[in-house]
Amino acid sequence: MKYTEDHEWLDNDDGVVTVGITEHAATQLGDVVFIELPEVGRTVTKGEEIVVIESVKAASDILSPLDGEITEVNEALSDTPGLVNEDAEAAWFFKMTTTTPEEMDGMMDEDAYKDFVGD
Amino acid sequence: MSDPIDLPLAALHTELGGKMVPFAGYSMPVQYSLGVMAEHLHVRAKAGLFDVSHMGQVILRGTGAAAALEALLPIDVIGLSEGRQRYGLLMLPDGGVADDLMVANRGDHLVVVVNGAMKHADMEILRAGLPDLSVELQEDRALLALQGPAAEGVLAALVPDVAAMRFMDVATFDWSGTDLWVSRSGYTGDDGYEISVPVAEVEALARALLSHEDVEPIGLGARDSLRLEAGMPLYGQDLTPEISPVEAGLGWAIQKVRRTGGERAGGFPGADRVLRELAEGTARRRTGLLPQGRAPMRAGVMLYDAPGAVTPVGTVTSGGFGPSVGAPIAMGYVLAGAAAGATLYGEVRGKRLPVTVADLPFHTPRYKR
Repeated sequence: MKYTEDHEWLDNDDGVVTVGITEHAATQLGDVVFIELPEVGRTVTKGEEIVVIESVKAASDILSPLDGEITEVNEALSDTPGLVNEDAEAAWFFKMTTTTPEEMDGMMDEDAYKDFVGD
Repeated sequence: MSDPIDLPLAALHTELGGKMVPFAGYSMPVQYSLGVMAEHLHVRAKAGLFDVSHMGQVILRGTGAAAALEALLPIDVIGLSEGRQRYGLLMLPDGGVADDLMVANRGDHLVVVVNGAMKHADMEILRAGLPDLSVELQEDRALLALQGPAAEGVLAALVPDVAAMRFMDVATFDWSGTDLWVSRSGYTGDDGYEISVPVAEVEALARALLSHEDVEPIGLGARDSLRLEAGMPLYGQDLTPEISPVEAGLGWAIQKVRRTGGERAGGFPGADRVLRELAEGTARRRTGLLPQGRAPMRAGVMLYDAPGAVTPVGTVTSGGFGPSVGAPIAMGYVLAGAAAGATLYGEVRGKRLPVTVADLPFHTPRYKR
């Protein structure tokens, strides 16, 4: 598992990368009430806003962590956005293939991420 | 901007897990460990304790105080009985609203409670407009709100006589030697009390209330979603210096005696505009809005009468998620022609999403009348 400074987790399974947000991020956001997922098949670039997530407090964006293409989205989150608060590690947002897999080598591992958020 | 001021209960908020944010010049809890959604639902089900000590508590004293105050507000203050409270609006010369407030008749004086962010500006208006009265901001008193269906049982366990109060009654009580000023009112659309207490005793009172199993501390986040469900305007968002009480749908707060044909018609700042609007209507009005999808429509979202329309017909002034409604809710200003049930389109992140014009409130009040 790899982590970004934008509080996303990435799970690379043989070239298909599953992406979600960390428990730390979910706690900071508060109760999530709305999630807008990207379209499957969309070509995305790193840093592009591809998910809108709204909590009771505010709206925020989730950025694509890599260049690539969206291959699958977790439709369950559209119906039950609160799943993110229940278990952020299980509530994945989307899966993608990437043209820049080497970027993940430079991302934080779990220990580094824990240091990053000060846990 | 200067640093936010700590409220008397700052240490208790932190001890209770409050997440502190700057609000109205103060450091205030936006939520506690339960989180906004659970705090909101807890108030609707049982009882919640809010620290609203940032609000301004003002005492007006002097001969003819009620008549003098009527020169600043469009409401019937003279007819307000002793021991009763009433909602009012501090008016600006052009008919906009300087602040919304509560006025209580406490026999030999009046108590006015105003918004925290506006209290210093309000004090200037009150002092200038009431030169013959003593106008004193109570800096040595804190204010708590206990709201929800269990509030009566909780407070009556400390002060039994509060159970007999009706909605908008005010009274003073002794609690173990502490002088409490209590009103049966609030900002949630549920039964409850607002309790003014000396700063020195507020922590003891807060702890006594929190020790009851039905009570949880509630932050600003849930306070906002509760009042939004209750259809109550927030000054600075849904009420501004440009918006008149009639546009805001607050005509009910202007009693007959202050209206055209009444015994004391007009005679408040902006009366020309307000009385004309009461007779002729307004071009825009405040209304409820129910987004048809799941996406919340927050303050600033522009409203259109068709997906491709160029000119907006309204704006959202408050919006978010209504935990008791279980869906996004909002309020805003729309052209008066858009009736309840009409579909408008709110522009959210470049997309026009359908929203239904709806009557307020979203939560039916449960007051003890």
